Order: sequence, then C-alpha cells, then structure tokens
Amino acid sequence: MGVRESIKRVDAYDKVTGAAKYTADLLPTGALVAKVVRSKIANGRVLRFDLDAAKAVKGVMAIFTCFDVPDIEFATAGHPYVLEKEKGDVYDRKLLNERVRVYGDDIAVVVAVDEVAAARAARLVKAEYEEYAPILSVADALLPDATPLHPSVRPTNLLTHSSYRVGQGTYEEAKTSEPDLVEFEAEYSTQAVQHCHLEPPQSYAYMEGDRITVVSSTQIPHIVRRVCGQALGLPWAKIRIIKPYIGGGFGNKQDVLYEPLNAFLTWKLGGKLVKLEITREETMACTRVRHAIHAKVKALARKDGTLIARKIEAYSDQGGYASHGHSICANTVTLFKQIYHDHLVTEGDGYTVYTNHATGGAMRGYGIPQADFFVESMLEDFARKLGVDPMAMRLANCLPVGYVDPGTGISAYSNGMRECVAKGRALFDWDEKRKRYENQTGDTRRGVGMALFNYKTGVYPISLETANCRMFMNEDGSVSLQMGATEIGQGADTVFTQMAAESVGVSEANVHIVSTQDTDVAPFDLGAYASRQTYVSGMAVKRAGELLRDKVLDFAAFRLKKPAAELDIRADHVVRKSNGNPYVSLADLAVDAQYNRERAERFFAEASIDCHENTISTGVTFAEVEVDIPLGKVTILNILNVHDSGVLINPKLAEGQVHGGMSMGIGYALFEELLYDEKGRPLNDNLLDYKLPTAMDQPDLHAAFVELEDPTGPYGNKALGEPPAISPAPAIRNAVLQATGVAVDSLPLSPQKLVEYFVKAGLIKEVAQHV
Amino acid sequence: MFKTLTMTVNGAEVSIPVDERESLVDTLRNRLGLTSVKKGCEVGECGACTVLVDGEAIDSCIYLSVWAEGRRILTVEGLKSPTGELDPIQQAFIDEAATQCGFCTPGIIMSAVEIVGTGKRYSREELRKLISGHLCRCTGYESILNAMERIVEETYKRVGK
Repeated sequence: MGVRESIKRVDAYDKVTGAAKYTADLLPTGALVAKVVRSKIANGRVLRFDLDAAKAVKGVMAIFTCFDVPDIEFATAGHPYVLEKEKGDVYDRKLLNERVRVYGDDIAVVVAVDEVAAARAARLVKAEYEEYAPILSVADALLPDATPLHPSVRPTNLLTHSSYRVGQGTYEEAKTSEPDLVEFEAEYSTQAVQHCHLEPPQSYAYMEGDRITVVSSTQIPHIVRRVCGQALGLPWAKIRIIKPYIGGGFGNKQDVLYEPLNAFLTWKLGGKLVKLEITREETMACTRVRHAIHAKVKALARKDGTLIARKIEAYSDQGGYASHGHSICANTVTLFKQIYHDHLVTEGDGYTVYTNHATGGAMRGYGIPQADFFVESMLEDFARKLGVDPMAMRLANCLPVGYVDPGTGISAYSNGMRECVAKGRALFDWDEKRKRYENQTGDTRRGVGMALFNYKTGVYPISLETANCRMFMNEDGSVSLQMGATEIGQGADTVFTQMAAESVGVSEANVHIVSTQDTDVAPFDLGAYASRQTYVSGMAVKRAGELLRDKVLDFAAFRLKKPAAELDIRADHVVRKSNGNPYVSLADLAVDAQYNRERAERFFAEASIDCHENTISTGVTFAEVEVDIPLGKVTILNILNVHDSGVLINPKLAEGQVHGGMSMGIGYALFEELLYDEKGRPLNDNLLDYKLPTAMDQPDLHAAFVELEDPTGPYGNKALGEPPAISPAPAIRNAVLQATGVAVDSLPLSPQKLVEYFVKAGLIKEVAQHV
Repeated sequence: MFKTLTMTVNGAEVSIPVDERESLVDTLRNRLGLTSVKKGCEVGECGACTVLVDGEAIDSCIYLSVWAEGRRILTVEGLKSPTGELDPIQQAFIDEAATQCGFCTPGIIMSAVEIVGTGKRYSREELRKLISGHLCRCTGYESILNAMERIVEETYKRVGK
C-alpha cells in the first residue's frame, strides 16, 4: 500500500478491454467533419482563393479561409501564462494564415457533412500565391537579405538569442591561463524527428448556450482553454476543454494544435458539433517536430583531462512558427554548463531561427537530447585526443554534488550521477568489454560507449509551477481523487493513486481517481510536461491527503471522544497511533459523518501548490554495438540505462518509462529523420518511410536505478518521464566510435551516412559501382 | 452504394447496411460502437486497428467491410468470458505493465490472440518478428514481449503443439 510499490496500473483493465475511451471514441453521432486546407508552397502569401469547385461539392456546409478568421495572433506553446506579455511566448500565428511559412500551412478549412465530401472539397480549394524562395537552413535564414518570416514580431529571422557566461574571465582569456592546455574544437548536428504518438491529434467541438466545449487529445487542458480564449478573443471561461484518455503525446500535445480552430468552427456554425481529425501525414508534416540543432563547441583542458573552459554556440532550426522554440535552445545550451564543470569559464549562446521547415516544438527531453549528443560526443572525442579514459574524464568533471546553477538556482539536491555510473559499469561489465573491443580489425567490429545526462524537474524558476488536487471521502470510506494533472500513458493516475493512498492511509482499491480532466470541474494544473507532475502535482496530492486526514481524524476524535493526536489512519481504519489497534473502519466513520444528526460532515480537501523548487535528475546509458562496416549497419547488442530519479513511486512503471524512452533514443540514434525536398516539401511524412523502431530493431532494453531520496520531492522523487530518451543516442554513437575509430558528428547514424564516413576513413576500400 | 453486410462479430451475428467504400475499422467503430479498434494511420502502417477475421489478424483500416461478408470478426471487446473474466492474454498485459497510453494495446492483443492460438512455442526473437507490424511509442516493446512470452509459454504448457 502506498508509494514504492509496483501496483498494477489503475487504467490497465480498461485499456486491455477496450473500455478506455479516447477522444474519437466519444464523438456523438451526427458531427460535421472539418478538413484543413494546406498550402502547396513553403514560403509566400495567399493572394486569393477560388472556392467555386469546392463549394459545389455536395455536402459542403462552409469554407473558411485565412481572410475570414479573427485578426488575432496567438502563441501555441503549452507554457504557463506570463503576465508580462513581452517576456512570454511569441504570438505569431492566426487560426489560418495568409502569410505561409511552412509547406502544408493552414490556409483554409472545409466543413462538410462527411469525410468524403470534406476531403474532396479540400482538394478542390484553389489558392493563388505570391511565392518566395523557401528558406531551408538556419544559415540562409540569417543572411542579411533573407525575407523575414515574421516581421510583426521579429525584424529578422532570429527568433531568440540566449547567452550566458559563468565563471571567471572569457573562453579566449582561458587559453593563456596556464601552459600546456589542449584545445578541442568540433561541430555536431542533430536532425528533426517527430513524436509519432500512436493517436493523431483529435478533437471535436460544440456549444451549449454561449460556451464552447472542445473535447481534445491534449496533455494540457487548462492551457488549451486559455489559448482558445485568446485565439478567439473570448473570455477564457467561455471555453471548456475535456481531455479523455490520450494515445501518447511526448510533447506534441503540449502544444495547442487545432483546438482553437475547432472552437472557431463550432462558434461560427451556430454551435453545431464539428470534428477535426488530423491524419498521420498531417501530424508528421504539419504539427510539431524535435528541433534540428547545429552546434559549434570548443573546449580547453589540461593533459590529464581536467576541463578548464568550454564554449558552445547552438543554432536551432525553428521552422515556421515560434511554438516552444525560444525556450528549447536555451535549454540546450544550459545542459552544456550543468553536466560538466569547467575550472574557469563556460560560455553558451543559443540562436533560434525561423525557417520554412515544420515547426519545432516540445518533444520529450526539450532540447536536451540534442545537447547531450553535442556534449557527450565532444567529451568522448576530446578524451580520445588527449589519450585519457573517457569514463575517468567524465567522472572527474561531471555535475558536482550539491551543484547550484548560478543562473537559475536550480539545484542538485540529490545527485546520483556517480552512483549510476558505478552501478552501470558493474552491471554492464564495462571494463572488460571496453578492453576486449580495443583495436579490432575486419569488416564486423564491436564497441561500447556511454553517455551521461542530467535533467531538471519541472520548469521553476524559468516559469510558474503550480498544481491543485481535490479529494473527498465517500460514504463507504473510499477517497475520490481529482487532479488537473493529466494521464498521457506515463502512469500519472497510478502514481497519484499511490500517493493519495499513502497520504490518507487508505488502500489503493479505495482511491478512485477521475482520469478525465474537464476544465469546468477539474482542479487547475498546467499539465503533463517537463517531467513535473509526480513532483509538483505530487506535492498537491500529498498536501490534500494530509488535509483530508486531519478532517477525518478531527471527526473521529469527536466520535471516539479521544484526542485527535492519539489517532491515525492506517489500512482504511482509524487506529490508535501508538500501537495501530483499529478503532473504527473508515467505511463506518464516513457514513456516520455524512449522516450524523449532531455534526454532519463531508470530508473534503483541496490543496494548491505554488512550487518554488526544482531538483536535478541524472543518469547514464551504456551501449554495446556491432558494426557491419561494408553495410554501414549498426546492431545494438546490449543497452542499459541507469537512472537517478530519486525514490520510485512505482518501480515497475518507472522501468516502463525507461524502456520507452530508450526506444525513442534508439530511433533518434539510428533511424529517424524527417526529410524535405528543395521546396520544403516533406518526403517521409508517414510511418512507412519514416523509420520508427519496431520490435525487431532493438535488443532487450535494460533499466536500473539508484534510489537516492531527494529532499524536495513529495516522496523523495524527481524527474523521470523525459530523461530516458536523452542519453541513448550519444552512447550508441560513442560505441560506434570505439568499434570503428570513426567519430560521427551528426544523427542519425544511418547506413548511408556511415558508409560515407567509412569510405572517408579508409575502412571501406572499394565502393561497388552501380551500373 | 449501400449493401447489407452479414457477419459474426464477437460471437453474435449482425446484419447492417454499409457503404461499399467503407473500411472495416469504420464499420466496427461507427456502426457497431467497437471503439477498441483504433485508427493510428489508416493506411496499414501502425497496426492499431488489428482485428481477427476468421482467426487471422488483419489491419481493418485497409480491409473493406464488404469483404467481411459471412466471416467471423473478433475484437478486444469480444475477449472476456461470458461471465466477465479476462482472457489470460489481457491479464498478462496487465500483470506485465504492457500497456501505457493504451492506444496500440487492443491491436497488439488481437495479434497475440492469433499467435497464442497456434499453441506453438515461440522464442523472444520470433515474437519480435510476429509483432513487428505493430508500432508502439511508449513501451519500447519490452513489457509487451514479456507479456507475450509469458502467455505463449503458459499456453504451450497447457495445449502445446
């Protein structure tokens, strides 16, 4: 009972029986069907439409174009609202956009009686454009004569530049700070990838009275409500968002995608029920992606590997709209200063730049998987140059115990990085393997590699951290639990249930969590992102449980005529605190309280948390690979993640989070990449051509933990959701380096790329000539 | 355009009008309310819409409803026993935490029913291949393979072929 136990998921039964309902499963009959009309250019302006053919399609009810929507620009990032607008998100898009910035931009929308009519009419909408040359690289976007994509918010295509320098002096000055320093310079880059949650974004909307309800597959119902209100120019509470079970999100649904447009459609159509489903192809091409980032790094070290100074410049390809972009590259350069400590100085500059690629947004790890590829490739390559052991160099320089970020105050209240390395090193048989794979020859070679990471828990103090929880006790002594925090597959409902059981003193079977968030009913929460919920929303559960417990014990004291201080709740009973002897079951007490003629009481508690803490999670990946050099094919033989996420609320579910993240990291390392042609058209926006890992593409995934109790977590816990996806890619890359001696400087390590690198390195002597 | 389709769905015979152009996933979801059959791609890439047709796992998004005439269809809704007990495969998915967001789960369970139904013993590597038509972004397939390995083994011990 309570935390630290691998209870079964509270939603598992419904998910294996088909009883769990997702957005599309709840759609009432008779809905009108909306279909977004997408631009056939990546950069330009819509001049006019010819709608005659589209309107002639039988069953078409309405067509709205970019000339029909409110002249309101809004921001879509799933961030807490910022009262000082200029410091918050970037308001750079309308419901439909006349100024086209992405191939497939939303320029019009058709509403029809069924799918066939909507799709047909959408195809027949003719748009005439003023077309500009697509801007498909950060370098081109920053050219002095590049067309600014968002002149209303930025004079050039530079969306954000964030910068820091910590320590003494400058990187340049550090060069001469002592004799015999060795310098290392390199450039690394990562590709755009997509979340590929199995359920595409779905929503439907209708009106009751003058209020709009949107049922949506989102991670952030309360934020979606606010943004819908902003986008339509309506008071926020005129909007009601309902979030049922969702088929994964991974950050894509931490963005407000099509809910405002869906709300607009029902609003304009007299409150009629309208559904707006986004296809897989639209999801991949036109929602959000993980940013492709290019980094230039420099480092100075003593010959023994002691880091003296480092510098990173990162250039992030934002794509057409700001979304989360301004904060993600800042996160990227921040990791660089946190994960390793420089003796003198660390400098970071992050540039986020608008282009005509798909819009970059939040994705599991939020800029840190990119950063980790840069910093862990750099560390490995530098160690090789210095001739020092890369693990020793890591351990000598990594995140100090008691680290406090000088910029934000984010602290490693607990820090198990070194313990993770020690544990993984033994479990993985690292020393023996590392030695065995030295100096291999032949066409098939093996190697091992590792990569560290660290990750913060939630967004404080960069952004607001708040959460609410409501509980009441039913007449049978069970507890109803209402959260604003969302279940998105990660197991949030289960761990909140465990926390409530622990905090109140009841069994999990007697906790009934409401999985669906309805913003008319659910307590306020910001939602599932930043690996925050178990930490921040968990604080709210713990506090509400304590308040509920106090109320129950106060009533029990009244009925039992004993001081409340001598009472406790354990295992669904009020007991004598000193020896645990039961006095009365909660079932008997609660029904008595509800119907007591002298003192009737519904035990009820609500807690509101304003969290002013943030703590750092850490961990490591160890990977063992076999490389078929002529084929450029990497096979992962063995992979292990060791995590320092504090106390595990549910170890079995924690393991599941790690497995899923590792798989995502493997896809990032070897297979996944969104490709575009010279016009900015997506080339592989489907699950056949975009290589998501299948069960055959990876070995068994091993997860281990170091459970240090974090003093700030409600139950000693800290971030776990995102971290597993961070370090697999650089660990795999470093394993390929040991196997082949080839330092690949970009992701993914696809066969095409590896063959090129192996030819260059002389590992492949003859390239077959194709006739 | 509309035809009357007669088929057996989860043990009961149904006779319903369907559009000739309709895919089985839409018939099952929209006309019969069997919403466990999920739509993840609608082009046979992800496996979320997998159901059994005469015992064989198919992607119902690329299977025309009219092809189901006279056939037996099984979805996850039809797996529980008449008295409501879970199928051992469903129980194994619960016990091994093989469901996270749950969107791919009904489809994979239906493939598992086909695989387990052979009564054969499969290695973990063979199971990887057998479920490779299903995409899952949450689990890394690890817990799914654990559940399948367990149920395949248990079944083999009982009815082994």
